[in-house]
Amino acid sequence: MKALRNLFAPALLGVAILVIWEAACRAIPIPQVLLPAPSVIGARIATEIPLLAYDFLKTVIQAVIPGWIIGCAAGLVVALLCDRFDFLKRGLLPLGNFFSVLPLVGVAPIMVMWFGTGVAPNIAVVVIMTFFPMLVNALAGLQASSHLERDLMRSYNASWMQALTSLRLPAAMPFIFNALKINSTLAMIGAIVAEFFGTRIAGMGFRMQTGFGSMSLDLVWAEIAVAAVVGSLFYALLVLAERAVTFWHPSYRV
Amino acid sequence: MKTERGQAIPVLVICLILVVVWYLACIPMNAVVAEAKIAAAGGGFAATLTESWNHARPVIPAPHQIAADLWATVFTIAPWAKKSLLYHCWVTLSSTLVGFILGTLLGIGLAILIVHSKLLSKALMPWIIASQTIPILAIAPMIIVVLGAMGFTGLLPKALISTYLCFFPVTIGMVKGLMSPDVIHRDLMHTYNASAAETLWKLRLPASVPYLFTSLKIAIAIALTGAIVGELPTGAVAGIGARLLIGSYNGLTMMIWSALVAGSVMAASLVWLVGYAERKTLARMGVRA
Amino acid sequence: MAAAVIEARDLSLTFQTADSPVYALSKVNLTVNDGDFVSFIGPSGCGKTTLLRVIADLEQATSGSITVNGLSPHDARLARSYGYVFQAPGLFPWRTVEKNVGLPLEIMGIGDAAERVKRNLDLVNLGGFEKKFPWQLSGGMQQRVSIARALAFDPRLLLMDEPFGALDEIVRDKLNQQLLELWERTAKTVVFVTHSIPEAVFLSTKIVVMSPRPGRIIDVIETNLPRDRTLDFREAPEFLKLAHRVREGLKAGHSYED
Repeated sequence: MKALRNLFAPALLGVAILVIWEAACRAIPIPQVLLPAPSVIGARIATEIPLLAYDFLKTVIQAVIPGWIIGCAAGLVVALLCDRFDFLKRGLLPLGNFFSVLPLVGVAPIMVMWFGTGVAPNIAVVVIMTFFPMLVNALAGLQASSHLERDLMRSYNASWMQALTSLRLPAAMPFIFNALKINSTLAMIGAIVAEFFGTRIAGMGFRMQTGFGSMSLDLVWAEIAVAAVVGSLFYALLVLAERAVTFWHPSYRV
Repeated sequence: MKTERGQAIPVLVICLILVVVWYLACIPMNAVVAEAKIAAAGGGFAATLTESWNHARPVIPAPHQIAADLWATVFTIAPWAKKSLLYHCWVTLSSTLVGFILGTLLGIGLAILIVHSKLLSKALMPWIIASQTIPILAIAPMIIVVLGAMGFTGLLPKALISTYLCFFPVTIGMVKGLMSPDVIHRDLMHTYNASAAETLWKLRLPASVPYLFTSLKIAIAIALTGAIVGELPTGAVAGIGARLLIGSYNGLTMMIWSALVAGSVMAASLVWLVGYAERKTLARMGVRA
Repeated sequence: MAAAVIEARDLSLTFQTADSPVYALSKVNLTVNDGDFVSFIGPSGCGKTTLLRVIADLEQATSGSITVNGLSPHDARLARSYGYVFQAPGLFPWRTVEKNVGLPLEIMGIGDAAERVKRNLDLVNLGGFEKKFPWQLSGGMQQRVSIARALAFDPRLLLMDEPFGALDEIVRDKLNQQLLELWERTAKTVVFVTHSIPEAVFLSTKIVVMSPRPGRIIDVIETNLPRDRTLDFREAPEFLKLAHRVREGLKAGHSYED
């Protein structure tokens, strides 16, 4: 019941924006090719469901998800290695911080050059973009346990592995989920931008680009709508998983 | 980037390993394009090395080739010439900075509204979060074209992309920061019968400064990314993003790599500058870093 | 009646800081026997917590010798000879009360965990709270869980670092009474750090009065009080006499002049 009430205000705002958009499109003669009305976009979505589904498969299922999983897993593994070997941590932490602020989407043309025309360059771009946020966040998380808790582990004569599984990894979970959430957005961006450079013949980024070329803006907006819904669902799923795993964190406690 | 003691040597060692791996990787990766030249030079180990490390259009250029290209495009050409990398850097940098400033102002403004109105907070926050799950960066080139067709050209459309990306971390960070004062501090202001504006000015804003800088470091990096992607639409002529695209279409490997390095240097410098401002400001405010 | 559980001879520990060395412990000599309840009391900076951490091998002495159960502190830690209770409960928020108490059993690979967890939770009067999460309990209850956790693997030696320092006096009094009963029943050796004179006198068989700069022992008081004392005992003349002696000792150490 409370959840429903919390949804009311934002839902009202969303509907208001759509109504104003629709009204503006009808009242002022905005050229259809530039900003189609929501009703036009809705109609296009309804007629293009098979095409949109195909692009969703090509971009999200084949590139975003695998790239996101590989990138996050690799970041986590390297973070664990850094945690185990202090030398690696002291060397990689500054480099990871450095790389995580770089405009890494820029590697897209290079990946296309290296991996050719298939889905591989798109996955590679997603992996590169998601790796560093996970590395940096997971490392911060693995160091998040307090001195007291680490002293406790020491007093038990716990091994590195025992201290990792019973203390440092659970304590790192909020940080790891933070990276997973950041990366869900980055992965979508990476996969779509990579399609601008590639020579793929399907996918959301490809369709947006060709939609532009042929001035069918309603199709472009249909793809944008799909991307927005997919992105939001992806994020929402991660928030649900986060609540289930880090229920103990002060921000979720009931 | 702050360096702690005992990091210099590990960082150097790992960089060294990366460079060595890079040079080694050049040999198999450039083998295909360099094959003919290696054979022409008589084959053998020395020829393999020289050709795969010095090919004009390599699959992966060796570090010294990138350095040479950077030198040529930065120092041997007048900075205002269209062939100069500095010119393209400036094009990207200017729209990054405009977008960053607009985004920061918007973000702070939104945060102040959200902190002061429960209704606005409830109505806006979900949309602010949802706005970030839309891969806006991916549609940035289209937005540029749309805005261009509506008569907005040049720096502003790109800057608006950066603004859109920037405002989010600033809003989130500032909401946290403005809410960060302890209950006793807020109660103290209450006993003074301080107005909301006075509480904001004397308590909430000073308390939020550390949060603001943390957000600004994320915001400036993402503003640059936004500007670069904003330069990607076909027909773009200037900026780091345009260099990436032109290089990609014409197979000019070196141009791509130089643009990438230039973008990275800019990103690192901008983040460092914000970090420097952070340290100076916090030191003046008596916060121990 | 028994061999020394802890034996320190000329123990010193110096921290090197940027400006000048800090003499945290200077020439400390101490014997703790089996079944003793020993309190370290003194103002902040007198080295009482440092001494406890040296015993626990969480800090290393710079000179002198110390044995725990006849072993070096390092070997004693590897042999899992002691349970340690910190100033804060330090419970893992993602584990329930029973899982927190079972944590050392998991790490040390000790069987019959369920039975041990139940026994020790009963010992601290927390039966029925097994499935709660630490953040659903009061501060005093959390600290009792952390005592049960320290007892779970049945160490002979219990090291407690100001365990009740963060609690209010009413709760603290109650826990002091409970700790005394627990010590009676289990016959453990307890080393207890505190800065409360009544707490030290009420609980201890031996009170070690310490003083800062350099951290050192200035008095060791054997109390010889009846074992079955209650909180009322704190108004008895012997109690007041002992408290007076501790206070005089602390004064003599000029501990509160700055």
